[in-house]
Amino acid sequence: MSKNFTLVAVFLIIAATSYAGGYRVALQGQRALAMGHTGVAYVNTAELAFFNPAGLVFLENRLNISAGVSAVFSDVTWQNETFGQTSDTNSPTGTPFYLYGSYAATEWLSLGLAVYTPYGSSVEWPTDWAGSHLVNNIELASIFIQPLVSIKISDKFSIGGGPIFVTGNVNFNRNANRTLSDIDGDRSNITVDDSGVTNWGWSLGTLFNITDDFRIGAHYRSEIILDSKDGEATFSNFPNDSGTPIVVSSTTVIPSNGTTGFTASLPLPAEMTVGLSYDMSDKWTFNFDFSRTFWDVYENLDINFSNGLESINPRNYENSSTYKFGVQYVANETIALRAGYYFDESPVQPGYFAPETPRNDANGFTAGLSFNINQKFAIDASFLYLRFDEVKASYDYYQENGQNVPFKGTYKSSAFIPGIGITYSL
Amino acid sequence: MKYYIKYMALLAVLLTACEPEFENSIEDEGFYSNGDVDFSNFVAVGNSLTAGYGDGALYITGQETSYPNLMAKQFSFVGGGEFNQPLMNDNLGGMVLGGQQITENRLVLSVGANGPAPKRLAGNPTTEVSNLLTGPFNNMGVPGAKSFHLLAPGYGNPAGVASGASNPYFARFASSTDATVIGDAAAQKPTFFTLWIGNNDILSYSTSGGVGVDETGNLDPSTYGSNDITDPNVFASVYSNLVTALSASASGGVLINIPDVTSIPYFTTVPYNAIPLDAQTAAFVNQSYADYNNAMATYAFLGYISAEEATARTINFQAGQNAVVLSDEDLTPLPNPAGGTLPMLRQATSEDLIVLTASSILGTLADPSNPSSVIGVGVPLSDQYVLTTTEQASVTAAQTSYNATIQALAQANGLAFVDVKSALAQVSTGGITYDGGVLTSTFVTGGTFSLDGVHPTPRGYAYVTNLIIKEINKTYNSTVPVVNVGDYNTITISNDVN
Repeated sequence: MSKNFTLVAVFLIIAATSYAGGYRVALQGQRALAMGHTGVAYVNTAELAFFNPAGLVFLENRLNISAGVSAVFSDVTWQNETFGQTSDTNSPTGTPFYLYGSYAATEWLSLGLAVYTPYGSSVEWPTDWAGSHLVNNIELASIFIQPLVSIKISDKFSIGGGPIFVTGNVNFNRNANRTLSDIDGDRSNITVDDSGVTNWGWSLGTLFNITDDFRIGAHYRSEIILDSKDGEATFSNFPNDSGTPIVVSSTTVIPSNGTTGFTASLPLPAEMTVGLSYDMSDKWTFNFDFSRTFWDVYENLDINFSNGLESINPRNYENSSTYKFGVQYVANETIALRAGYYFDESPVQPGYFAPETPRNDANGFTAGLSFNINQKFAIDASFLYLRFDEVKASYDYYQENGQNVPFKGTYKSSAFIPGIGITYSL
Repeated sequence: MKYYIKYMALLAVLLTACEPEFENSIEDEGFYSNGDVDFSNFVAVGNSLTAGYGDGALYITGQETSYPNLMAKQFSFVGGGEFNQPLMNDNLGGMVLGGQQITENRLVLSVGANGPAPKRLAGNPTTEVSNLLTGPFNNMGVPGAKSFHLLAPGYGNPAGVASGASNPYFARFASSTDATVIGDAAAQKPTFFTLWIGNNDILSYSTSGGVGVDETGNLDPSTYGSNDITDPNVFASVYSNLVTALSASASGGVLINIPDVTSIPYFTTVPYNAIPLDAQTAAFVNQSYADYNNAMATYAFLGYISAEEATARTINFQAGQNAVVLSDEDLTPLPNPAGGTLPMLRQATSEDLIVLTASSILGTLADPSNPSSVIGVGVPLSDQYVLTTTEQASVTAAQTSYNATIQALAQANGLAFVDVKSALAQVSTGGITYDGGVLTSTFVTGGTFSLDGVHPTPRGYAYVTNLIIKEINKTYNSTVPVVNVGDYNTITISNDVN
């Protein structure tokens, strides 16, 4: 029963299980995803609006539209052998989506619009599970809306980019600490909720056509910090309904049940991708992308409540890399088949493995196909299987009585993500 | 196209079935081993400690963290079965008999104008003793029970509760009016058992400051008062019967010994020198004891008492912290020249144990209209608040004998023996580290003992659970997992008090 126990432990906000390191959701185009989520130099569809807007100006058609949605079936199971504890997430199915369009205004200028959901998370552990002092459940969603220009500087070289408007929501619940409860044993917990948190960012890319068959590209998307200021924090099941905190001692304060404001910041980190695309023949294309996500911006998740409490949660993420490979085989005029692989490094460092983001390194295996209904319409399907090793890990920075209390265990994650989309070109 | 959509739907259904799985899941059979014993029907027999009593009451959340219930949860990995407890009706903890409240609600830590203090939780308790429960119950812990009570027919007769002839807790779930605790336990044919009994055989004497009688030598427990020390031979005979009854059907079991009273905050919280005085007041008080002190010197000179006793009985206050003045029935009675006998007074020494409940009267006025009637200074602290060295010796002698019996019977029957006495002594002297700090026996803040100063907190019970599980694993070659002590609560804070 110390200040840390009730005050510091009281909270944090975000983070999550998702489908690329941290809370990055790398599902921004069914064709690219089927090829290991490569596409920075792959001039094929309006998916370029996300992967590299510089390429839009090289698309053959005047109007290009791509849209799609994925269904994320992702679960995590945890156990602690020492104490005989086990828990499984029962996370709702995530449905990240995208909508891209580009229009060739002139020979050298294309305009575009992209709407996509690159960051988000949804993890639901059983309420009051062994790690409930770290997270019971979290729902994080963000939508990026980006107008684009793509300019052909020469037949070999183009640039593209645009400002990004982001709107995000968060809902996060966890218990105040490992033991605090009301008289009936119902665990004291806090929910933070905010929606419509907005901010601006930008992205810029370039593309080189080294030959007709060989391209290289680079694309940078800026960091965007979501500052939550108008949200509501709800304190529930504390043994105090008085409306004012019970000060037991200088180190033990029991907040009252009720709602209060809070402020918190969640960074959506910058991402740099470089890559190549090589048409080996009329039928075969090979892509390689390398992405670096600048997670080191995510050092702490600090929540300051209007009632004077605060919660400091070290995250200490490090920059992470993703290595992505994909191939495409155009079987005939109707069918194109794709497959890919990527290795996704986790930004989570040893000792910082929190169950809101129980992410270790992943191997992604992808496959998919396009079915051309006619000259204009195609259906795109993809499938991603993320394979994780079983990992023994801990989060060491939760504190009680001023000392770190590690939360340890063995985690095993899995993710199966089918997706479907359409491509329209005119 | 239609086919395609169909297949996608099918795929989606398949995917939801693909949950991640461990190579070696703790839920797999054989991950943990039951060793040489059968945990399928576990029965725990004992007193309030077994029931999960704490904070001066028995209530649901406390029962949920009773050590037998925590053990049963861990036993579920090694073939353990259901574990039923005679749950109370609420989390207030008080009991009602015919609408009349007969036991108090639980204690909570309340923060008032004078800072935090234990208070009784407000509310009308709903556990009506006459609403009988239908068993059998795996947790046969009966608060208040002494060793011989477990063999006493009618100890759970509802008709005897009002008069004090039977036990209200057992009355709620005894199988019949003349049932015995041990009979109801053995009738369940336990495959595994724990027995932790004998605490109250010395504890009620101790908590009442030794106002009872040390019955050593009296072999008839039916003549004992409620605050008496049970004769060690009675204990040995009763305990042996209990072990025999429980062992009849069991593949294994655990015997737990009796901790020292000096390990619990009830006896270690109030210091012997609890009286702060300034020089002026000390001189004034000394003046009023001058006649008594002179009398002691005289009686020592005349040989009525030893020089040591005279020194011990000489009252002397100084500026600073002073030892409490108390009555001690073991002092030599001395004639009062003015008639009758002199009061048997002395100041406490560091060897005396002043009980927790003295804290609410020490320093208050025995007679509100008389400013020199401060209890512990001008008026002696009465015998029921002090466990003197003589009384402690009686307690220790009985306890040592009980513990020897328990250990010998464990050895003779191949049962696990848990030395809670040594473990709690360690909590009391140095503390035990756990992942969130150190467990000590400090009142309120130590984490081990609840607000009644005698019974453990849920965290304290979790610590005891681990002591037992480790001993089981050692004795029976099993690998039952321990519990995470830091996951269990300590004291409860609430301002919803009377």
